[in-house]
Amino acid sequence: MGKKIDPELWSDDAQPHLMGGKLPSGEIVFPMPQGDAAKDVEPYKLSRQGRLWSFTSQDFLPKEPYEGPGSGPDEGPPDFQPFLLGYVELPGEVIVESRIVDARLEDLKLNMPVEFCIVPFNESYDTFAFRPITQPQEKAA
Amino acid sequence: MSENVYIIGAGIHPFGRTEGRSGREQGVFAVREAMKDAGLEWTDIECAYGGSAAAGSADIMVNELGLTSLPFTNVANGCATGGSALVSAQMAIASGMYDLALAVGFDKHPRGAFNAKPSDYGLPEWYGQTGMMLTTQFFALKIQRYMQLHGISRETLGRVAEKAFRNGAITPHAWRRSEIDLETIMNAPMINDPLTKYMFCAPAEGGVALILASKEKAKELGALSNNGSVKIAKVAVKTRPPDSFEVFQAGVSIKEGGKPTVLASQAAFEGAGIGPEDIDVAQLQDTESGAEIMHMAENGFCKDGEQEEWLANGWSERGGKLPINTDGGCIACGEPVGASGLRQVYENVEQLRGRAGERQVVKSDGDLPKTGYSHVYGAPGLSAVAILER
Repeated sequence: MGKKIDPELWSDDAQPHLMGGKLPSGEIVFPMPQGDAAKDVEPYKLSRQGRLWSFTSQDFLPKEPYEGPGSGPDEGPPDFQPFLLGYVELPGEVIVESRIVDARLEDLKLNMPVEFCIVPFNESYDTFAFRPITQPQEKAA
Repeated sequence: MSENVYIIGAGIHPFGRTEGRSGREQGVFAVREAMKDAGLEWTDIECAYGGSAAAGSADIMVNELGLTSLPFTNVANGCATGGSALVSAQMAIASGMYDLALAVGFDKHPRGAFNAKPSDYGLPEWYGQTGMMLTTQFFALKIQRYMQLHGISRETLGRVAEKAFRNGAITPHAWRRSEIDLETIMNAPMINDPLTKYMFCAPAEGGVALILASKEKAKELGALSNNGSVKIAKVAVKTRPPDSFEVFQAGVSIKEGGKPTVLASQAAFEGAGIGPEDIDVAQLQDTESGAEIMHMAENGFCKDGEQEEWLANGWSERGGKLPINTDGGCIACGEPVGASGLRQVYENVEQLRGRAGERQVVKSDGDLPKTGYSHVYGAPGLSAVAILER
């Protein structure tokens, strides 16, 4: 396991949760606001399961501030590893943008069930992602 | 106060790549073209509004144009820089304070996709570090969902780009001047699924200037006759409403909110006192093919899903029922952010005055277009719409 890309981004539970915020109005937001905007916002553990709201592929090496494979001083586009990303609707909470892992582009469909996971991002850091739920599950955590 | 504001001069520096000429110099070039077009000297201009996203301040232009002591306000409003400059110039005249105003936008971007700093947009660093701070991803994510919900095919995305290059090929100020066939567009390298390389616009260079006048001034200059001017029927700029889905959003509300484009469009139509069916030619933000498709509906020109039929039947071609992006739009012209929104207005001015050359739109009754509509969209969720009338 690498270090967390952001120490506050997900909880340190055995079953980690992505961290959002609960506004005084009850509305759930992601990410947890920072600075003055965080006043009166309670940290909120987001659901680990949701449905795919939209998706795409990242097929070219992003410029700075990207720090993944291909971004190093001696690296370039050949070192880049294309990845999938999308938006995941967490029921009754919020729609979060996330990497999508353990899937091929052609497998992705709107509204397919996905679950939260932690994945290595580069040599030092982990980030969060969602992956398709392959086995039918009884009940969401 | 006079609501009647006219565009009496329009100038452009060709879009694309111009080695050895700074963005601001391209802006100065456009200003001189606009003054020549209006038959005016720099000493005539009473106030100016302008800017760029990446090529410096506009007010420095007085060094080249002349030290006439006019008030020159810099505008920095991202993709809406040109639109905001136009609104400012329009208000300066509508208020009765001035009779002649300049709106100018220019830019010069490095090659490749735009890169943005998370902190500039109030986002945490991880969003950029992990490769999610890309405008191209937003466009792909928005159209991917839209296509599935409203039955838009990949081929329709390709047809939008094909039309853009066809129009660009006959537009002197366009960057991409060659047609590209549908098969090549569809089989080009994928950037962000479902959008291929040729479906995207690229950051570019260019400059556009417009000279605005009060009705009295336009009349005095003889610009009201002989297609010398067009009237600004309404300009509307709107930032995003609650619960909307915009570029650079790590979290989106589960409530389906409003859209800045819908708000700007409705305000512009209401102010102009006309509807979408009254528009003869339109320039819609086409950062990529998907944006043009979705913006057709968001601006009220069709219902969600009807774009499939529109593109298959060529209804948005130059000879169609509503020609859209007649100069090839952002896809063929590239996107110098500060100039792009004004290019759309420039194109409508040329179309309404019958000066668009090979790409001139002619209505089915043989007349020149009487109304032109332009729409620009940008980060962090704002839209500007301008309706022109002849």
